[in-house]
Amino acid sequence: MGIFDIMGPVMVGPSSSHTAGAARIGYLTRKLLGEKPVRAELLLHGSFAATGRGHGTDRALVAGLLGMKPDDERIPFSFELAEKESLSVKVGTVVLRNVHPNTVLLRVQGAGGRKLEVEASSLGGGRIKICRLDGIETNFSGDCPTLVVHNMDQPGHVAEVTGLLARYKVNIATMQLYRDVRGGYAVMVLECDQPIPAAPLESLSKTEGILKITYLNVDGAE
Amino acid sequence: MAFSSVAGLLNTAKAKNLPLWETILEDDRQGRGTSRESSLKQMAALWGAMKSASKNYSPGARSASGLVGGDGAKMQAFAKSGASIGGPFFDRVAAEALRMGESNACMKRIVAAPTAGSCGVLPAVLIPLAERDGIGDEAVVRALFVAAGFGQVIAARASISGAEDGCQAEIGAASAMAAAALVSLKKGAPEMCANACAMALMNLLGLVCDPVAGLVEIPCVKRNVVGAANAVGCADMALAGIGSRIPPDEVIDAMRSVGDMLPCALRETGQGGLAATPSGIAAAGKLRK
Repeated sequence: MGIFDIMGPVMVGPSSSHTAGAARIGYLTRKLLGEKPVRAELLLHGSFAATGRGHGTDRALVAGLLGMKPDDERIPFSFELAEKESLSVKVGTVVLRNVHPNTVLLRVQGAGGRKLEVEASSLGGGRIKICRLDGIETNFSGDCPTLVVHNMDQPGHVAEVTGLLARYKVNIATMQLYRDVRGGYAVMVLECDQPIPAAPLESLSKTEGILKITYLNVDGAE
Repeated sequence: MAFSSVAGLLNTAKAKNLPLWETILEDDRQGRGTSRESSLKQMAALWGAMKSASKNYSPGARSASGLVGGDGAKMQAFAKSGASIGGPFFDRVAAEALRMGESNACMKRIVAAPTAGSCGVLPAVLIPLAERDGIGDEAVVRALFVAAGFGQVIAARASISGAEDGCQAEIGAASAMAAAALVSLKKGAPEMCANACAMALMNLLGLVCDPVAGLVEIPCVKRNVVGAANAVGCADMALAGIGSRIPPDEVIDAMRSVGDMLPCALRETGQGGLAATPSGIAAAGKLRK
């Protein structure tokens, strides 16, 4: 952990895991969806389900979905704001297997019709982990510039992506590959040391066999 | 890189002939590949946020359970009456710790340092001392680097999570960080900072995490006062030349082993200690309705 994981974050209370982490999960989910959400189902698991209401976990998740960061003083009023922004919210509980006690399953739908299912855990101190995207296992935090590529499970896509990043001098810090079945639907998650310029992102999104790309640079400029 | 021992931190500072705060800043800066300016700016922003949080306290605010709020104002009023035992400086420390803990419980903006539940400890000692002694922002920001450096070692060797090691890892760690920061503000030697850190942590060894209804309210808010008061006491001991008989790294390791021995009921599950008292259970029951 770095010194700014120890000191900080600046956040709205009462709990870095149950409130700040939850807001960050909501925020990342909005970014991953790539458009303004209009419908959201929040299913809380474990400690999130047990003490989430008293910790404002539900309000923090909704605040994040509305684009608020963990230090936004409007977090306590997010349900009212969601109504104003026509985001319909349903909150429930769920029992998931083999997950961290602070885990939530979000099903969101965007204004343009995009749908996404995110399973994420809050690990403490406001740090989080995206554990599943549309049911496919992942493991990333969104702390550094992150590229998520959804593609067909075919030879060559990893080389295309990494080759392009190399050409733009973007260094890959970590890389993960997941797929549902052989030859099926695959997800590639690349955490990078530098922000990724718009040009390679544009060209990747047009590459055959690549279904969708999502780029997250949460702490960088919008 | 990041320091994994207090001994390593002190040795590096000595070898590079740098003050502690700068040793910690440089290590972090290199590890993250950022500039000195951005690191200083980031820490200054945290100090600014601590001061804003203190100003934004509202005496009328109440927490989700309705059980927490208003005590910081009560403490301030009592201090004004001149009847307190602790005297003006301690009055301010206690009131500040309560105010910050209450603000956190009431969903206001605070700085987790190291955690949200222990967010009152550092500001409770730094804000009153800076005001009383006319210490400028730059010096406090440097002291915050010292606090973060010791906190980092505690996190690396043990934990700063109540769910893992109990409240000793939250209020205990915050108190140890605050004690080291106070000594550095008073220009104590690096060894004195380390001694203050070790003594503060050993004094709170074994502190359990037993929140009523699992919420960061009871006893968390008031334990910030204990953490702050302990930090002041240990900083003064260290500045007086009193050392810790057990080296800091060994104290941190002891905290870890105590944490490992703590039953699950006393690690932020809301199942033991105060949470399991008849009143604690009743409060939790009311909240569920």
